[in-house]
Amino acid sequence: MPADPTFRTDALIAEDIDAYLSAHQAKTMLRFITCGSVDDGKSTLIGRLLYDSRMIFEDQLSALESDSKRVGTQGQEIDFALLVDGLAAEREQGITIDVAYRFFATEKRKFIVADCPGHEQYTRNMVTGASTADLAVILVDARKGVLVQTRRHSFLCHQLGIRNLVLAVNKMDLVGFDQATYDAIVADYAAFAESIGIERFTAIPISGFKGDNITARSDNTPWYDGPPLIEHLENVEVNAANDAEKPFRMPVQWVNRPNLDFRGFAGLIASGTVKPGDAVRVLPSGRTSTVKSVVAFGGDLAQAQAGQSVTLTLDDEIDCSRGNVIAAADAPPEVSDQFEATLVWLDDEALLPGRGYWLKLASQTVTATVAEPKYEINVNTLEHLAAKTLNLNAIGVAEITTDKPIVFEAYADNRSLGGFILIDKLTNRTVGAGMLHFSLRRAQNVHWQATSVTREDHAALKNQKPLVLWFTGLSGSGKSTIADAVEKRLNLMNRHTFLLDGDNVRHGLNKDLGFTGADRIENIRRIGEVAKLMADAGLIVLTAFISPFRAERQMVRDMLPEGEFVEIFVDTPLEVAEARDVKGLYKKARAGQLKNFTGIDSPYEAPENPDIVVNTVEMSADDAAEAIIRKLLPLR
Amino acid sequence: MPSTLTHLERLEAESIHIMREVVAEADRPVMLYSIGKDSAVMLHLAKKAFHPAPPPFPLLHVDTTWKFKAMYELREKSARDAGMELLVHRNPEAEAKGINPFDHGPLHTDMWKTEGLKQALDHYGFDAAFGGARRDEEKSRAKERIFSFRTASHGWDPKNQRPELWNLYNARIRKGESIRVFPLSNWTELDIWQYIMAEGIEIVPLYFSAPRPTYELDGGLFMADDIDRLESVLGYRPEITERSIRFRTLGCFPLTGAVESEAATLADVVQEMLLTTTSERQGRVIDRDGGDASMEKKKQEGYF
Repeated sequence: MPADPTFRTDALIAEDIDAYLSAHQAKTMLRFITCGSVDDGKSTLIGRLLYDSRMIFEDQLSALESDSKRVGTQGQEIDFALLVDGLAAEREQGITIDVAYRFFATEKRKFIVADCPGHEQYTRNMVTGASTADLAVILVDARKGVLVQTRRHSFLCHQLGIRNLVLAVNKMDLVGFDQATYDAIVADYAAFAESIGIERFTAIPISGFKGDNITARSDNTPWYDGPPLIEHLENVEVNAANDAEKPFRMPVQWVNRPNLDFRGFAGLIASGTVKPGDAVRVLPSGRTSTVKSVVAFGGDLAQAQAGQSVTLTLDDEIDCSRGNVIAAADAPPEVSDQFEATLVWLDDEALLPGRGYWLKLASQTVTATVAEPKYEINVNTLEHLAAKTLNLNAIGVAEITTDKPIVFEAYADNRSLGGFILIDKLTNRTVGAGMLHFSLRRAQNVHWQATSVTREDHAALKNQKPLVLWFTGLSGSGKSTIADAVEKRLNLMNRHTFLLDGDNVRHGLNKDLGFTGADRIENIRRIGEVAKLMADAGLIVLTAFISPFRAERQMVRDMLPEGEFVEIFVDTPLEVAEARDVKGLYKKARAGQLKNFTGIDSPYEAPENPDIVVNTVEMSADDAAEAIIRKLLPLR
Repeated sequence: MPSTLTHLERLEAESIHIMREVVAEADRPVMLYSIGKDSAVMLHLAKKAFHPAPPPFPLLHVDTTWKFKAMYELREKSARDAGMELLVHRNPEAEAKGINPFDHGPLHTDMWKTEGLKQALDHYGFDAAFGGARRDEEKSRAKERIFSFRTASHGWDPKNQRPELWNLYNARIRKGESIRVFPLSNWTELDIWQYIMAEGIEIVPLYFSAPRPTYELDGGLFMADDIDRLESVLGYRPEITERSIRFRTLGCFPLTGAVESEAATLADVVQEMLLTTTSERQGRVIDRDGGDASMEKKKQEGYF
């Protein structure tokens, strides 16, 4: 293997290892992604970089040579792609199906490469790879020019905030290193880039397979006077350096309290610098203090900057815990609970507008609901399309509401405080990723009005503990009948109650809602809010709704103080409920006259840990009511 | 004035951030400690992450009884120095059956390590386990997440991994499920060595060359760490030659190939590593048995 000085000075290593090592302690790091459509030669390019930087050892090389002959696509020559197509399933199919991370280094920099697949269905992997990248290499096959995928990948990189783009026009060897071909592709791309707001990009003609313009300027392209790819990657400015110039922000990850004398706030500095004596503000509370010390393992630091993990102590004993953000006192970030955001959907199960998802942003985790998207973006044509939801790999813009205010910045200004993920509360899967644009005005203008008579005062006057008795079960299970019987008993016991019944509410408050998944969720959300207001007024609220989805019942539970939501599962098997068919609805549903009917063509998710279960096959409605009252007595 | 952070500073900050996320979100984390150089770096990072408190989780060593003596010595000392509880688990079934690398081949790794690890995690109810694996080590590792989700039966499904964006990790699991966390995912072998040098981290002396008793077997060079035990299993006493050797990676002594070397200092070792032409794992037998997808298959079965 020829020793290339770009990558390693073997002579220096051999002669003066100490000098070599001290020079290398000060390397910087660049994370980049490679993207392009299938067969544009991504894996080959990365394989080439690893090969040229001698990250491939003899044993790997001999394995590679035998693999190349066995399953390679390059005849008798070495198929570099085999180096990076890691998973067995991929090697069989000859495609890359997941993001793979690769490492190589030159004399100046360490590089982490995210190898991102080109297939349309794997947009989520590309977004994943782009989220941590400082730079993107967009590969184009010189024979094919700018394709739909090229546009899509560029658009996604731009959305994810990557400001350094390299257009690598690959396979130049296959077009005879023709300048006119190259110029036409660059002009074509420039027009597209401008149309989506990409301010600048760097174009380089290369051959990943043959090695032209990778480490050294190629003799085959005398008309090209820019740097070879590696030189560009080595010298491009890293975003992280800019973050240090911005106002100080550190999301608190963990409070370090080894003993009574020490209370430190641990976190990764998202932007700016910090030193002892700096005035800081803790958000969302807004309390101010002064930095006492920047604690580190080998002794306190005089200063720390964006990108470092540190522990801060403050001069005052103020409330500060995980999820809070410590920020420059005079330039704090915003706090809000309603936003507009770009969302990328990552899960097979589509977005359900109105459903509560966990939203994780920096170290804050809250419940968030997403409204129906304002529009979905066709990533190929960049048209805005009307959308009711977002399916796997879809990208769109929607409004998001959180149950608690969060500290944030626009993603364009700060990735750490503007990027978030959505997690399904039941499956725990990461289902979406988003980038906050701005806080909505109505969140800024609608404030909680402090009232003098508290919910405790209301409850005390009624001499009872407010409760929401949430009856759930199939249509015809007996929810309304049992709830009615329970209310009668509570009334006789001098309890102040109110019964919210499904059919009745749909005649008024919710008469605009139908029975689609999204409407069912909105139905439950409104009932939850009404029940909460009534509980705030001190009442014992009984609700009788099918409420088929666990996530929405959980959403209502989360709205109320701990212990005030009592989930009562009216457990009646479908056959029994259908045989009763009090309202004749099952018959209609079976006949296809009623769509989205729970139990027939829409699922019912039974509670996993209900507070109370009543079985209406074995007991009468009165017995069931009696059983419920007995369970409730300990709650007063 | 702020300056651009070096690659080691960025890697360190990332690893510390990962560890703190786990401690903040998991109920019962543990650090798998294999006593090698990667474990040593991981432990050092944990000390930094939680300073001045000791790392708020125990160390777990899944033992095979076949490690080098020098490893057992450093294990005790490191845990003591860090002020951490050390848990050692040996698969009782493997112990009872006398499972060893000579008579039982791949079963040795399967029973002591894969099964042993599952037993220990189940026994203590750990829901998050730190491991020192790096993505540059092996092809299937290159695609593994930093927070790697495992089913209640410890399985890994490479096609069904949670997307991992920015530095936002999803540590949510149901009862019985667990997460394996790899804080060193983005480190390379060279980074590890540079960091050991820069931070003065103590590692097992076997990484440095010294005259040691060796024997040859099936074309490989091994160290006779416990010659009597070797003889009792092999049925004969292998011919011992003293050679100047060291190890690039450490595991069970009968499975870990030595290299002849004169590299006796850290700088020498790094120099040798930079000029070497074979990969780190070559000395280990574990990757090659079972063909191409060997490590991927092991991971699906619950191996780290």
